[in-house]
Amino acid sequence: MKKKISLFMTLLLALSLLTGCAQSTSNVASNVPETIKVGLNYELSGGVATYGQSLTSGVELAVEEINKNGGVLGKQLELVKVDNKSDNAEAANVSSRLATRDKVVAILGAATSGNTKAASPAANENKVPLISASATADDVTVDSNGKVREYVFKTCFSDSFQGVTMANFAFNDLNLKNAAVLVDNTSDYSKGLAKNFKETFTKLGGNVLTEEAYQAKDTDYKAVLTNMKAKNPDVLYVPGYYEEVGLIVKQARELGLNVTVLGGDGYDSPKLLEIAGAEALNKVYYTNHYSSMDNAPDVVKFKEAFNAKYSKDADAFNALGYDLAYFLADALERAGVADSVKLKDALASTNGFKGITGTLSVDEFHNPVKAVTILQVVDGNPTFLKKLEP
Amino acid sequence: MHLGKLFLNASLNFDWGDKMEQLIQQFVNGVSLGSIYALIALGYTMVYGIIKLINFAHGDIYMIGAYIGFALTTFLHVGFFPALIISMLLCALLGVLIEKVAYKPVRNSTRIAALITAISVSLFLEYGMMYFVKAETRTFPELLPNKQISILNTNAVLDIKNLYIIFVTISLMLILQYIIYKTKVGKSMRAVSLDRDAAQLMGIDMNKTISYTFAIGSALAGAAGVLVGTYYNSINPLMGVVPGLKAFVAAVIGGIGIIPGAVLGGFFLGMTETMVSAFGGSLYKDAVAFAVLILVLLAKPNGLLGRNIKEKV
Repeated sequence: MKKKISLFMTLLLALSLLTGCAQSTSNVASNVPETIKVGLNYELSGGVATYGQSLTSGVELAVEEINKNGGVLGKQLELVKVDNKSDNAEAANVSSRLATRDKVVAILGAATSGNTKAASPAANENKVPLISASATADDVTVDSNGKVREYVFKTCFSDSFQGVTMANFAFNDLNLKNAAVLVDNTSDYSKGLAKNFKETFTKLGGNVLTEEAYQAKDTDYKAVLTNMKAKNPDVLYVPGYYEEVGLIVKQARELGLNVTVLGGDGYDSPKLLEIAGAEALNKVYYTNHYSSMDNAPDVVKFKEAFNAKYSKDADAFNALGYDLAYFLADALERAGVADSVKLKDALASTNGFKGITGTLSVDEFHNPVKAVTILQVVDGNPTFLKKLEP
Repeated sequence: MHLGKLFLNASLNFDWGDKMEQLIQQFVNGVSLGSIYALIALGYTMVYGIIKLINFAHGDIYMIGAYIGFALTTFLHVGFFPALIISMLLCALLGVLIEKVAYKPVRNSTRIAALITAISVSLFLEYGMMYFVKAETRTFPELLPNKQISILNTNAVLDIKNLYIIFVTISLMLILQYIIYKTKVGKSMRAVSLDRDAAQLMGIDMNKTISYTFAIGSALAGAAGVLVGTYYNSINPLMGVVPGLKAFVAAVIGGIGIIPGAVLGGFFLGMTETMVSAFGGSLYKDAVAFAVLILVLLAKPNGLLGRNIKEKV
């Protein structure tokens, strides 16, 4: 039996090697010498495949445009696309394969914070910059000792920043002073947003009247909402994911708690509307990376190009991927040569890069300083309200 | 002292209305949540009462009931009550099928074998269903009027849908009691429950009786699925896990095998959870609820309505 298993495993290994060879040879075959190779380490299958696929389509559209306009440093960009199967171990493998075998100048990816963290050690060791456009966790570019990971960058705002922005928006724009916070205690994302919201809101002079918690997959929130209602808040901050938030908003309205509800990019799903219903979502605002209803000229141009290529509307991930490719191209031009180490320095010194998800500068922790989009739900549709520059 | 009394009076007058209102609202919340646990607990307790099997798949039949209701109302645009009835019938069939395929072969094995089989069936249903309907949440269409009524002219509100749930729970409990104590099927169920071999010697068809038990128990789960689906308006393949566990706890608190006990236990558990949240322990509500279970069982090992019967050796 044992022998059989080991035989099977060997076969499997051999097969996987073969497929690996087949892929890389095809890459070599299409490899005209005058290209700059860029690795894509994305979730093209598995649990969060939709994120990876959306980002990839954004990147591909941008690269197509860049190449049509003469490429970068006079060379065409060539994408080496590898699937990390939404798996941490696989993301690490893909990273080291791209860095050592395909000799890419930079790696784009991964989509989630977890996979990006797994992919970054290999990139760091091989001195190839890894840039994620969507890993929002605060500790992606900084290790647990607060030290910056030299070759890791991201182009999306951090979780903590969303909380800070929402607190400012609530206090200054909506003129709300008494907040109640409801946090998903099983999610680091939710706790991070809540912590930063509370700190900023109190610093501004607002009151956080009460803080209650729930757990992901809870379905009945009426008891905590009744408690909150008794405190008479004028705003609820609920940084969570759409599934729970939908139920929370619905039940709050049923209890007659009709105050403003604020949240983060976890609200970004059509399911939110399905669960809560359009009427309950009045007076709901959330922060996001991008709005398809933003009518800035660059954004309109991107939306049209995207629609022409894929015949569907671009979502936030498409926009982030699109920006990511241009962000890389910009740094390559400034580095003056397709060299990983020089590219890293150029990336770190990015200042005022104009993308469709906002103007972006890289700070000393390799995090972007960029605008946050605030969306207001009107009749069930997330509507672009304003872009807040940092 | 006089001043102190005055102060006390003032503060009482000041707070009383608000606090009372909040208390009424929390009471209503507790009853609503409890009615859901009670509804699921009915089927649990019944199957246990008759064949002494803890049917862990009960929560998953509840989930499948919700999906059947979802399919009927979304794709075939069936109304609420027809959807409820059809879902109950299909779940009854499923329950009988599960019993024939999975439980019958291990009926004469050890209790632990039956228990493990039940857990396997539960996982099979969860992940089998996930394969067919995908893991994502689905939303029910609005079937029942979305209306709140104010209680005693205060700001405390009761959802109309809760009234439906409470009404269905109590009616099903009464129907069950009637079936078990007034019909021939019920008589044979009680006989099988008391002594399986003796019942068979008396000419009772055991297979048929057990099939009936599963059919009725699963139909109850199906009804709960449709009701809860409409109430929360969001369903997913793992929705049965936690409520199934809570309903089991409710059944044990009330005295497992006793029909009114399941309803009492459900309300008791819902009320406990809500009150713990009401007094600021939203994070510990499960811990406290289960601690209460342990306390109840220490005081009354056979549940709130259970009689203390010594097991004969």
